[in-house]
Amino acid sequence: MARLFEMNSVSASYGGNPVLEDVSFYVQENDFIGVIGPNGGGKTTLLRVILGLLKPSAGTISFNDELLKPNSIGYLPQISTGDINYPVTVKDIVLSGLMITKGIVSRMSREDKMKASAVIEELGLSDFSGASLNELSGGQLQRVFLGRALIGNPRLLLLDEPGNFVDSSFENDFYEKLKELNTRIAILMVSHDVGTISQHIKSYACVNKKLHYHPSHEITNDDLMSYGCPIQLITHGEVPHTVLKTHR
Amino acid sequence: MEQSIFQYDFIIKGLLGALFASITAGLAGTYIVSRRLVFLSGGITHASFGGIGIGYFAGINPVIGAAVFGILSALGVEYLSVRQRIREDSAIGILWAFGMAIGIIFIYLTPGYSPNLMSYLFGSILTVTNADIIALGILSVVLILYFSIFYRTILYISFDESYARTYSSYVDVIKYTTISLMALTIVLNIRMAGVVLVLSLLTIPPNIAMIFTRVYFRIVLWSIVAGFIGTAAGYTISFFAGIPVGATIIFTLVILWVIAKLIRQLTTKRNKS
Repeated sequence: MARLFEMNSVSASYGGNPVLEDVSFYVQENDFIGVIGPNGGGKTTLLRVILGLLKPSAGTISFNDELLKPNSIGYLPQISTGDINYPVTVKDIVLSGLMITKGIVSRMSREDKMKASAVIEELGLSDFSGASLNELSGGQLQRVFLGRALIGNPRLLLLDEPGNFVDSSFENDFYEKLKELNTRIAILMVSHDVGTISQHIKSYACVNKKLHYHPSHEITNDDLMSYGCPIQLITHGEVPHTVLKTHR
Repeated sequence: MEQSIFQYDFIIKGLLGALFASITAGLAGTYIVSRRLVFLSGGITHASFGGIGIGYFAGINPVIGAAVFGILSALGVEYLSVRQRIREDSAIGILWAFGMAIGIIFIYLTPGYSPNLMSYLFGSILTVTNADIIALGILSVVLILYFSIFYRTILYISFDESYARTYSSYVDVIKYTTISLMALTIVLNIRMAGVVLVLSLLTIPPNIAMIFTRVYFRIVLWSIVAGFIGTAAGYTISFFAGIPVGATIIFTLVILWVIAKLIRQLTTKRNKS
């Protein structure tokens, strides 16, 4: 299977503080990798390096020709970045996923608008095409941003904590959608919600400055301990449950 | 005969002034309101008063002094908000008072009392020159071209700057250019509405428009319409009642806003029942 990109001994730092050290791994077509790790462990930094927003301080990252084309990487950031009260419609947001192919003078063609309508329909948002974001539920909002990441027909989809803004009723739908997309798009998903993602991913990588790749979706405590990856909660079960800290 | 020509000239000047003020204020106001920069704009407005004071003192056109002060402070605050080492609201508060202080000091130091000072604080159609109207007209054309050429670029950067940075390298160029144009809009409209009231000329029309629509370019269009009704009616009333024009415009705009709110409430109630 073709490799979409490959990292060799990549290190990255923010303001002199090393965040990633000696990271080597690759992503193949049709991969569905969960990236887990503690807060501040470098998960988002890893995405920023892949997106080219942060230059590695050491090491190399090489992309397959397919990934060098504009719009070949779709990105779903954490929700906090856009103001939902801003006067902009669902269709406008989905269209903004095409901006990378436009210059500073950006006109959307009729074809672009048809693409946007198709993506909106695929994500079940047709009734909200002209709505503004503050009229949507958390799950709908997330689908809008997913649409923005998908409109350019990417080969690789990067998701940063998609569980953050999903109401639980929509969570299953969302992961079903991802499964369907995974038949044509490789997915790299950052999450701290280990319990939920383990049911959907094919393999996982633990990032805590260093990266440990694990080719199975079964996340076990023993593996994590040996990787030095302090994840607090791993649960598997049929019934949704909450685990509280032990009493002293 | 002479009087009627004077009156004709006066009406034309008033109408053109109202038109250009509402175009510039509608475009700039929609940007400012939707990006939540109202407080920043207040800071720019009052900082530019420092430029007016220095202009008086140095004997140059106070509008030029105000433009320099306004643009520099706009760029400064936009730059500081990126650095985040300083609390942005505090920085704006300091800038706000500092500009007023400089303005007052230099006007005080200028020999002889400046009769036009009140017109800068509260606006006056009588002191608006043809050059002011022409400047506002040119700015209207520049803003219309700027916003129509870069519409989506501006829209998306304002909505989600950090996402825009993932695909474009011109985020800062657009941000700094736009905020400079906003500062220029504020300064040129000070002649119309005055330092104290100009902010309302920019912010009330978009808020009227947003009662009826949430689509950006429609907000701009309706802001311009609302702004023109407000300024034109304000002029007329102020002319016949002999009261200051800036205050009359703002008063009219607030009444329009209240009427719009009422219409909205009545129509939604009717739709529900």
